[in-house]
Amino acid sequence: MNDKTGHFRGEVMNGARMLLECLAREQVDCIFGYPGGVTLPFYDAMYDHPIRHVLVRHEQNAAFAASGYARATGRVGVCCATSGPGATNLVTGLVDSLMDSIPVVAITGQVATRLIGSDAFQEADTFGITRSCTKHNYLVKNLADLPQIVHEAFHIASSGRPGPVLVDIAKDVFQGQGRYEPVSAIHLPGYKVVVDGHAGQVRRAAQMMWEAERPLVYAGGGIIAAAAHEELRELVEALDAPAVCTLMGLGGLSSGHPNFISMPGMHGSYAANMAMTETDLLIALGVRFDDRVTGRLSAFAPKARVIHVDIDPAEIGKNRAADIPIVGDVKRVLKRLTQSLAETKDEMRAAGGAARKAWKRQVRGWMEEHPLTPEVSADEIKPQHLMAEIDRLSGGEAIVTVDVGQHQMWAAQFIRFHHPRLWINSGGLGAMGFGLPSAMGAQFAHPDRLVFSIVGDGGFQMSVPELATIVNHGLPLKIIIMNNGYLGMVRQWQELFYNNRLSSVQLDNFPDAALLAAAYGFRGRTIEHPRELAPALEECIQEPGPYLLNVRVTPFENVYPMVPAGAAIHEMVLRPPQPVEA
Amino acid sequence: MMQLISLLMENKPGALMRVTGLLTARGYNIESLTVARTTDPALSRMSILVDVEPHQKALVIKQMSRLVNVLQAADLSEAPAARRELLLARIKAPLPNRAAILKEAEIFGARAIDSSPEGFVLEVTSEGEKLDEFIEILGHYGELEVTRSGMVAVPLEPKKLKLSRPREVGPALETEPAGANR
Repeated sequence: MNDKTGHFRGEVMNGARMLLECLAREQVDCIFGYPGGVTLPFYDAMYDHPIRHVLVRHEQNAAFAASGYARATGRVGVCCATSGPGATNLVTGLVDSLMDSIPVVAITGQVATRLIGSDAFQEADTFGITRSCTKHNYLVKNLADLPQIVHEAFHIASSGRPGPVLVDIAKDVFQGQGRYEPVSAIHLPGYKVVVDGHAGQVRRAAQMMWEAERPLVYAGGGIIAAAAHEELRELVEALDAPAVCTLMGLGGLSSGHPNFISMPGMHGSYAANMAMTETDLLIALGVRFDDRVTGRLSAFAPKARVIHVDIDPAEIGKNRAADIPIVGDVKRVLKRLTQSLAETKDEMRAAGGAARKAWKRQVRGWMEEHPLTPEVSADEIKPQHLMAEIDRLSGGEAIVTVDVGQHQMWAAQFIRFHHPRLWINSGGLGAMGFGLPSAMGAQFAHPDRLVFSIVGDGGFQMSVPELATIVNHGLPLKIIIMNNGYLGMVRQWQELFYNNRLSSVQLDNFPDAALLAAAYGFRGRTIEHPRELAPALEECIQEPGPYLLNVRVTPFENVYPMVPAGAAIHEMVLRPPQPVEA
Repeated sequence: MMQLISLLMENKPGALMRVTGLLTARGYNIESLTVARTTDPALSRMSILVDVEPHQKALVIKQMSRLVNVLQAADLSEAPAARRELLLARIKAPLPNRAAILKEAEIFGARAIDSSPEGFVLEVTSEGEKLDEFIEILGHYGELEVTRSGMVAVPLEPKKLKLSRPREVGPALETEPAGANR
């Protein structure tokens, strides 16, 4: 019987159908997947079900697309693969979501329960393999457990510190018949999520902020995950403190905000890294003191006391001890912090007031001393120039997904994001091949938004097969290849640290982009002259459908500033070594 | 640095693997591990003795607490706790040695639980180091085969258990999920 909610109660159905009922209840509208032997019953059930299935061309891209969908919306992304090779192909995408705390539920088929452990065709120990690739995982051997487990999976994926959850379902569970009774409650006694920060700690933190002379807000992916961008802006303004956003936190505070410096870290700006080094109070919000941010840990923020807010207690004190640790949902904690700042404003504001003004001037001075300025040349397209042009067209409003490498860093440096969930990249895992499929996920979530997928020529070639999916669904993606003919970031390190011995980094035989796009039935073009850049990008975004723009850029450009491995972040190299005149 | 960890966890398939995975991922060798159900058959208590780098000790406990199946994780390395280990030893005991072996056993509080013309099976419970001495001594009497249970421990002071309450599954989510931006 179909009740008011549109769900079927008490009806006899098979496990596959029951799974769809549970997914519908979790408001899943789209699944990225690839069918196979043991998921046949599930695909049969999907045949006439309103949930949309997107057939990708490789399971890894299903996981990346689900991640892109989740990153663009904050909702759980769902992917699906068959047993054995299907499941093993998901692994990279799952680890990517784990590292970046992205809510994803992966459904995999498993061989029938009586065959598990018999080396059956397309059998793999998915439960064992994905244990360390997920926040949590399940093996379902009884139909009666299925609805409960599916709802648990969505709850775990989307609550607390989000992450991927895999549900491995034996074929006979899909096929088995049972009466569907919607689950009313789930109970995970050991799954503890602390959302409200300790009130006393919050008060102490507010006091420490007023006392600080050189406070700095260090905001990360947790701000995006918790939708705490408004609260972040309010705190930054209440204290009038300068702020940096990490690679995962870009858009958490608008790039156009007067207090925003830029990204810190290995390829962060001079001002951001100097501010990190000189601050006397680091206000760390939803960050994990990643090695790409801190550089040599012992020399990181050496003068600072630390307030660290995170929903995951295991992150606090992991890399840097916190003077004031606050475990909680950063959105709620920030609300209280700002409130507490306001309450104590009159008595406390004077404490570090004059010094804080001087500090802001100093930060401004660093920004002017070494600004991030795009290189422009009259004869070659500089990669930074390309990013600046994309930024001009985006105006801080477009969704931009990137792959991994030099182009990712230039995009992070030069493209502004006025809102959260516009900047989509594989930050923690650094998984090449992420850029294109994650853009598919983002575009499915936001069919009417302008989505740029900026990829290197390396990462693009890892995901070429998805061009078929993109055309298939008429996704109007703007695929921009920053093509330098090299695995540029690896080459940069070989140049700088391996005596310029360029080993296996040259990518020859890149296909003709116009022909490649044409072969898939859409438009593409290659450009190599700076005067072509602006018109070609205009043409690209005018195109109603997908567009492949292959941009030949200066092959030997390297990303600066750069903090060499093992150095402190203020020891950054600002520009390439200059030739010495004889 | 040896760390003694006590865990209360759900008695579910894969729970053990999640816990040991945190240790093996770091390349740590587990010295001993015991696990058995509690008075509540849905729960298990696990004791792990593992060689952990000192700076990782707190993080390992936090990451174990974070596991969905783990209800409580405690570091008993320093905490006041009762620690015991069971040893079963089969020793070849030719006639001239038998009385002497039983005398040694008595000194260590061990008892014979099986006797045959070839020898004895001895049982003893103690803290780890005492067992090492016992093995050492018995070794002088003849061929020895030893099975140890690994360390089990219980804290002397009860720690309050904080558990999550059940959560409703809505017919359709009324509110936007965290971070939603549609």
